[in-house]
Amino acid sequence: MNVSLLLILLLVGAFATYLAGDKLASKVALFFSLAVLGCSIVLLNHFNAGENISFINQWISQPNISFALQADGLSLAMLLLTTALTPLIIFSSFGNEYKNAKSFYALILFMAFAMAGTFLAADGLLYYIFWELSLIPIYFIALLWGNGDAEERKTAVVKFFIYTLAGSLFMLVAFIYLYQRAGSLLIDDLYKLDLTASEQLWIFLAFFLAYAIKIPIIPFHTWQAKVYQKAPTVGTMLLSGIMLKMGLYSVIRWQLPIAPLAAKQYMFVFIALGIAGVIYGSIVALRQKDLKKLLAYSSLAHVGLIAAGAYTLTLDGLRGAVLQMIAHGFVVVGLFFAAEIIFRRYDTRTISEMGGIRSQSPKFTSMFMILVLASVALPSTFNFVGEFTVLYSLSQINIWFAILGGTTIILGAYYMLKMFQHVMLGETNKKIFADVTLNEGLTMVIIVAVLFFFGMYPKPIIDLITPSLENILTQINRN
Amino acid sequence: MDTNLALVLLLTPLLGFLINVFFGKKLGKTFSGIVGTLSVVVSFAVTLYFFGYITVAKQPIQIILFDWISISNFNLSFGLLLDQLSILWLLFVTGIGSLIHLYSISYMHDDEKMHTFFAYLNLFVFFMITLVIGSNLLVMFIGWEGVGLCSYLLIGFWHKNQEYNDAAKKAFIMNRIGDLGLLIGIFILGMLFSTLDFTTLKTAISGATNLNSYWLGVAAFALFIGACGKSAQIPLYTWLPDAMAGPTPVSALIHAATMVTAGIFMISRLNFLFDLTPEVQNIIAIIGAITALVAATIGLVQNDIKKVLAYSTVSQLGLMFLALGLGAYQVAIFHVVTHAFFKACLFLGSGSVIHALGGEQDMRKMGGLKKAMPITFMTMLVASLAIAGIFPFAGFWSKDEILITAFEHNIVLWVIGSVASIMTAFYMFRLMYLTFFKEFRGTEDQKHHLHESPSLITAPLIILAVLSFIGGLISLPKNSWLNEYLAPIFRKVTEEEHTLGTFEYGLMAIALAGAFIGIGIAYSKYIKQNSVPEEDSKITGISKVLYNKYYVDEAYDVLFVKPINALSGFFRDYIETSISALVFGLAKVTNELSFQGKKLHNGSIGFYLFAFVLGLCAIISYLFLAQ
Repeated sequence: MNVSLLLILLLVGAFATYLAGDKLASKVALFFSLAVLGCSIVLLNHFNAGENISFINQWISQPNISFALQADGLSLAMLLLTTALTPLIIFSSFGNEYKNAKSFYALILFMAFAMAGTFLAADGLLYYIFWELSLIPIYFIALLWGNGDAEERKTAVVKFFIYTLAGSLFMLVAFIYLYQRAGSLLIDDLYKLDLTASEQLWIFLAFFLAYAIKIPIIPFHTWQAKVYQKAPTVGTMLLSGIMLKMGLYSVIRWQLPIAPLAAKQYMFVFIALGIAGVIYGSIVALRQKDLKKLLAYSSLAHVGLIAAGAYTLTLDGLRGAVLQMIAHGFVVVGLFFAAEIIFRRYDTRTISEMGGIRSQSPKFTSMFMILVLASVALPSTFNFVGEFTVLYSLSQINIWFAILGGTTIILGAYYMLKMFQHVMLGETNKKIFADVTLNEGLTMVIIVAVLFFFGMYPKPIIDLITPSLENILTQINRN
Repeated sequence: MDTNLALVLLLTPLLGFLINVFFGKKLGKTFSGIVGTLSVVVSFAVTLYFFGYITVAKQPIQIILFDWISISNFNLSFGLLLDQLSILWLLFVTGIGSLIHLYSISYMHDDEKMHTFFAYLNLFVFFMITLVIGSNLLVMFIGWEGVGLCSYLLIGFWHKNQEYNDAAKKAFIMNRIGDLGLLIGIFILGMLFSTLDFTTLKTAISGATNLNSYWLGVAAFALFIGACGKSAQIPLYTWLPDAMAGPTPVSALIHAATMVTAGIFMISRLNFLFDLTPEVQNIIAIIGAITALVAATIGLVQNDIKKVLAYSTVSQLGLMFLALGLGAYQVAIFHVVTHAFFKACLFLGSGSVIHALGGEQDMRKMGGLKKAMPITFMTMLVASLAIAGIFPFAGFWSKDEILITAFEHNIVLWVIGSVASIMTAFYMFRLMYLTFFKEFRGTEDQKHHLHESPSLITAPLIILAVLSFIGGLISLPKNSWLNEYLAPIFRKVTEEEHTLGTFEYGLMAIALAGAFIGIGIAYSKYIKQNSVPEEDSKITGISKVLYNKYYVDEAYDVLFVKPINALSGFFRDYIETSISALVFGLAKVTNELSFQGKKLHNGSIGFYLFAFVLGLCAIISYLFLAQ
């Protein structure tokens, strides 16, 4: 199967959704997203059968730019994350009414298109276009369908847009420079480049700015909490579940192999930054009043650890980072969905206005509890596999990294259980809380099942990503 | 065959959990209780089979189920290891577990969420089994954190009470501090030996010639921190007394007999590692001794019946760590087993009392229950004699072994252990006298309802009392079945056998005398003088310090909890806004610059001319100066 078909299908899906009209939009979008999920599974089968998944076509002759898509195990893992979460996210929104639903769902598919493209692109410019393209739908989703005061929302969303765009421009400059040197932006050509240490440093930093803002790594995170809070939950899920993984993926795919010398030289700095994010994010999360903001900071802490893992430049670090990216994608979507379920009933995201829900809704409580436990990486959940591997890799660099990064085990439990206590436990709330509907329950069950299954049997994913990570590692250690 | 049986052993409690979660409500209370109990009984039966197997075959069974996690220099599989040590642990985990499940059918019958309770208990047993039979450190860690989770769920079982929820949260977080230590230990072992498998580790460590003793020591110490968390040792012990917020069967099973012994299990499992790190062993012994003493002093003045037992548990665990630190693993394990018998009996007995009094836990409002509750009284008396170390009850033998071992190594440790034991005898009989003797001090209403508990409650009590009486038989001096049984696990088992000379008899006599002194003081105070502990507000002086547990909770609050929360507020309110202001300040600066720049281009010819002339002058003067 041609890999470009998958992207076309997403694009067609977006148009079809728009044309289907407000009433049918959500169902059409779900249909297409499921079809794309099916396609990516077929693609995975082809890949596992040893087929080469790529599509390279001359696009622009001067400058020499190709429309190049290529999928190795790593790309496929990220693609599957995107195509599995997209239908889940769409389905989770079924309980909500959106005005102008046709545009809303079309934008979701369009965003999935851009993100999938980012994970597949094998040409610098194409990759850059997909990368920037993904900003547009989320900008509108957050701006038009977000919540809270419109003015405040606008400030937050515009800030986010400008900030990430500004960061990405440095990446573009880096690509232009790389083009000058290589005469092509095909990733394989870029990997072959022999750059001096100082060239690498500048390129590394330019990439870093783009990625640090997207991921986000402290202190480039200040756009995050507000946007997560103001965006509609679907938007928050897209952002935290998939989009921030674009940054982490790009570190592994583009930044480290192209500028390995700089990565090695300043390894400690970047690991330290990631770990600082773990501690800082956890501590700030402790006293958030808004549930979505709390989850935003917990996300900051988790991606900090993932980034630290990637910057160790070891197989364990990279592998743990990718595993944790996928695990975090699922758990964070689940947690934001839990927040949404509460919002549907209580019309609030303020933690102090909740409490006493547990006695009214055993099913919801159990699933929320499991998500909380997965988020704190309880062994037997997928998140443990990722977190353990990352922490192990850190311990091999320096035991103190593992100890400091490992504080996430303690602090994470602290803020998550504290949150759970105030949101769910206590005297029965006087406001009625209906237990989950069938749709809501189904979404949650799927997420929980994924987390447990891969928690006990991560082998398929490990086998999928390991060869491509080993290739990248060879690339990193080439000189 | 063995694989299937091992899976039955492991998975039946999980099945019980799932049945109770999904169908518990429909099954009805009694039936859900029966399902819960049966699933543990099945595990117990299978354990008995394996016990029979291992006593005859003496060969451990190792089963690898599937590949789990890959690390670059080694693979971690999900495997099970059934050897003497794990089977012994399984025996009392599933055995006492069965009894406590049975007891709970009656005890929890009035609770609307009985099926949830049984679900959690089953889940606990499942994780405890995982902990014990995992063939590598990481499978053990699944169980290790899993039992912590169940402990959290069960402490906060009555989740409408936020104080209970606080206690549950505290237990989980404190355990996680330990868990970080455990993980660090695991990382170091992985780095040093490229394996986490117990059997391979043992070969690697025992066979190695030049070991890095520094990292080995760090690993052992980190693992010990993990043990401190789970087994409630200083400084991570404060969660255990608070854990009494959970239903009493939970306190008996999890917070006395089984889960809290996980630290001792882990250290015994890795005895070959700890044997090579004498410094860490010394630390373990000292921490154990201090914990034994400190907890015992707090236990002297507590008035909540469950709190007394909780501190007693901490104290007894301290004695076990003392033995571990001295390298006497089988002695520590002996005490684990006898303690499981008598402490489970005491907790279940206290539950029977609390049940009869409609939830009252304050001993000042008890008294005189001997007549109304003869079985509860008799069984608790046996258990109290056992824990006090009276001949020939089970506790006498195991505690005595610990004290003799301590004496041989260091007299100070022996003194501390002995003093703690005297205190134990005192506070246990204080508990017995206040609860069962003299007049009843509760309300008239309670008095009318006083009754002996039903047979589902008393039967487990009787069985445990019998075990508390005869439990010492498994390891009599000079003729220890236990030592022989555990011989393949430990290196130095023969060395620890004591010769029984006059000297040892002398030590036994001293210990026995000490126990009687403790009981005697309690007798004279609470029977002869008929005194009842004072109201909380009237407690003064040293008693007040003890009653308030040395204010350790308050100290932790000031030292850790408050600062981190203050920091959180500071980060949230100041740092976050400053970083934001800084980043977007840069944007503002750019904006401002462009605005200023724009002003220059204001279209005034005069200004342009002025600038032109100024520039010209500057260039000319530069050229001249350059010459």
